[in-house]
Amino acid sequence: MKLNLKVWRQANGQGKGKFESYNVDADEHMSFLEMLDVLNQQLIEAGDDPVAFEHDCREGICGACSMVINGRPHGPNAGTTTCQLHMRFFKDGDTIHIEPFRADAFPVIKDLVVDRSAFDRIIESGGYISVNTGQAQDANAIPVEKEQASEAFDAATCIGCGACVAACPNASAMLFVSAKVSHLALMPQGQVEHDKRVQSMVNQMDLEGFGNCSNTYACEAECPKEISADNIARLNRSYLISSLTSD
Amino acid sequence: MSWFTQLLTSSLGKKLVMSLTGLFLILFLPVHLIGNLQLMADDGGESFNLYAKFMTGNPLIKTVSYLLYGFILLHAIQGMLIWKANRGAGGGSSRYQGGKSPTAWSSRQMAGLGMVILVFILLHMWQFWFQMKWGDIGTATYGGVETKDLYTIVQHTFKQWWFVLFYVISMIVIGFHLQHGFQSAFQTLGLNHKKYTPAIKTLGLIYSIIIPLAFAIIPCYILLIK
Repeated sequence: MKLNLKVWRQANGQGKGKFESYNVDADEHMSFLEMLDVLNQQLIEAGDDPVAFEHDCREGICGACSMVINGRPHGPNAGTTTCQLHMRFFKDGDTIHIEPFRADAFPVIKDLVVDRSAFDRIIESGGYISVNTGQAQDANAIPVEKEQASEAFDAATCIGCGACVAACPNASAMLFVSAKVSHLALMPQGQVEHDKRVQSMVNQMDLEGFGNCSNTYACEAECPKEISADNIARLNRSYLISSLTSD
Repeated sequence: MSWFTQLLTSSLGKKLVMSLTGLFLILFLPVHLIGNLQLMADDGGESFNLYAKFMTGNPLIKTVSYLLYGFILLHAIQGMLIWKANRGAGGGSSRYQGGKSPTAWSSRQMAGLGMVILVFILLHMWQFWFQMKWGDIGTATYGGVETKDLYTIVQHTFKQWWFVLFYVISMIVIGFHLQHGFQSAFQTLGLNHKKYTPAIKTLGLIYSIIIPLAFAIIPCYILLIK
């Protein structure tokens, strides 16, 4: 299949950047990233600078791949990361626009690669449990309701890719932070540090320069792991309660 | 920073202010509507004018009304500040044009819709509230009780089709603002549960249609039927 790609090229964070047009001959069985590999091979052979993009596992679980495809983070398919998006979802002769995840809190490093370390700093501020919570059998010794466990697991499937931020018209990180708060909040082991965690993570989120959530739910629609915006309500609730009740 | 300042200046706290003031304004609308419906009564303005006199004279209602003005201003100013901050966050800035947004139109247009509503409220208050309080308007007497004749002012205003058109458009705008705002206020408060969230969403949709529609009927009735 012959494709026309409009790829965002930007030399570095200071550069202005613009769309460059490339023609690629791809196979419909390729993943989107394999198609970009073909483009880069073409560019390298022609002596041009290959397109920088992030990837790691290519199995849809690491959250490294991050690009906006035709205006949508991770492309047109619901619940799919870019690496799991296959070229059979496009047609021969399609024009595809490829851009980085845009937000001031995610500065562009080069081309399609953005600096998402703001998420790391949010996790560092409180997205953990400070003590050893034991092995699998220890977890089984603590009663947890099935529904509660499932909800926690759903939140824990967040891969921290940042698609929620890229999708949000306000560049808000609420879906990410709420998923990280929720998967610990729903477990008994997460209770002790809950109030402190919520306060620290929200403070860090604000410091990083993400926008304010306005409940458009674009995040929920674009999340490759289909994290629910119900988690955002839980974060709102937890933040209010912890502000009123913690020391 | 005290915990209270910290709460209200955080991104979540700013939204909390929007939510609480918004809910107060949502509660105010039906109260205002019930009073306005008396404009359609065929009694030469007696019930409406007596009601308007009561509303401007009762000390409790006066207190609540100042709270209302404060909340309208707070909601508007806070909304503008959030809008400005969000524009500065560089989000939603895909350069690709032609994609279809997965979000509701009203949820993306709250600031714009809100600005139209603010202009509407200012004009509305100048036309009626200001005139009632300080305007040089006539009086009417019902059973020995003298009232300012706001009824005639309203009737006169809504005999002009362009005002009626502006009011109807403003009500549509308020409808869209409520469509997002109603359920959004509960989400921001963290009141979200599978037991009642579907009910809130349905109620919000019905509310955002019925209330503006009922408000819009009044000027149309005065223009076309009275």
